[in-house]
Amino acid sequence: MYWEKYYLARNAPEALDLLAQFEGQARLIAGGTDLVIQLREGQKRARVLVDISGIEEMQYIKEDNGKIRIGALTTHRQLAASPLLRKTAPVLAQAAASVGSPQIRNVGTVGGNIVNAQPAADTAVALMALDATATIISAAGEREVPLTGLFAGVGKSNIDPTREMIKEFSFDVAPGRLVSAFGRIARRNALALPVLNVGVSLACDRQAQNLQKACVCVAPVAPVPLRATEAEQILINEPLNDRTLRAAAEAAARSARPRDSRLRGSAEYRIELVRVMTYRTLRNALQSLEGDAGA
Amino acid sequence: MPVLNAKENLVFVVNGRPVRLEVEPDATLLDVLREQLDLTGTKRGCNEGECGACTVLINGEPVASCIYPAVKAHGKNIVTIEGLGDESNLHPVQQAFLEAGAVQCGYCTPGMVLSAKALLDKNPDPTEEEIRIAISGNLCRCTGYGKIVAAVRAAAKALSAE
Repeated sequence: MYWEKYYLARNAPEALDLLAQFEGQARLIAGGTDLVIQLREGQKRARVLVDISGIEEMQYIKEDNGKIRIGALTTHRQLAASPLLRKTAPVLAQAAASVGSPQIRNVGTVGGNIVNAQPAADTAVALMALDATATIISAAGEREVPLTGLFAGVGKSNIDPTREMIKEFSFDVAPGRLVSAFGRIARRNALALPVLNVGVSLACDRQAQNLQKACVCVAPVAPVPLRATEAEQILINEPLNDRTLRAAAEAAARSARPRDSRLRGSAEYRIELVRVMTYRTLRNALQSLEGDAGA
Repeated sequence: MPVLNAKENLVFVVNGRPVRLEVEPDATLLDVLREQLDLTGTKRGCNEGECGACTVLINGEPVASCIYPAVKAHGKNIVTIEGLGDESNLHPVQQAFLEAGAVQCGYCTPGMVLSAKALLDKNPDPTEEEIRIAISGNLCRCTGYGKIVAAVRAAAKALSAE
């Protein structure tokens, strides 16, 4: 038997209570599209599963005082279809639309995607590019952790699913204007692991002449999604033109440390992809700025 | 404890019929459909959520039943291929697959038909791109997809003419 007991929790306190009751032998399951397979294959173990996917009050996408807040149990389908995200943070809507297949997106959740901590998880790359924060709850209370501090290694997050859960993700979309885009190379459009994912977000002043903030995330080129900080510095400090975008893309490529991979291609090839995809994705993000200039 | 333990009865609706049964805690919905309810139209392919042969509709949305714990289905509305039509009275999507020759070995067909039905229920006049995205989680190793896409397009026409 892969697990012995399966509980359906109706709210977060009930789920945390159950985790406490089983003292480390129970873990949370949301969509389960990764976890069920990992439990069958023995990569992860749990005697008891506490299913939180039915907690409807943890499925939301809303704007609140210049911040977007997303409930951790929001599905990839809900993210991909959200008019609010498509407008304010297309990087996340596009990333969610790239996950698996319709069958997977209908069930898999953004919180699960993050806890599962695969180094190129589409929504992880997007949330890192949005400089998002996760709110984590446990019996001990609530804590906020920036996404950059959530990943500990391949398949390892700093969230303990035997005693805590992600409540929501949040990121700033104001003041000024935020543009963003997602780029992905894979062998096919559906059901294919990313060879390379790039997420970018750029915050600019109302006139769109200078960047106030730039976030560039590439993966998988390290055990955890990588923020290309040197590229971000170039984008903020240099005048916003094509030369700067190219220089930032070169810097991102320099910071990438991919491994040779039978599934994803050679390291050399993927370093070159980092350069090309970072440049393209930056251009795509800025195009949306030109598209609504004067708006 | 106000939660459902798997050893208790699972209650859900399958093809319009309320069902109550006891399931193993680690059974998948596919296990229960095929082995406890004898609904063998739903196929086991890769058994890891990649191929789409096990697709069923849960509250109207396509889901891979091979990696879907059965207990998760508690209180939900499930539609399998047996819920669409029968030999004397095919669903328009099934009829369109027949007429277009969109079936070869047939193993992907139940999942393919259900993904198509879910699309057409929400979007009665899809573009080719939308059809291809809707069936992107259903692998067919025989037909090359062309006739399947044509069948979905024909089904859309037939349904809108109804």
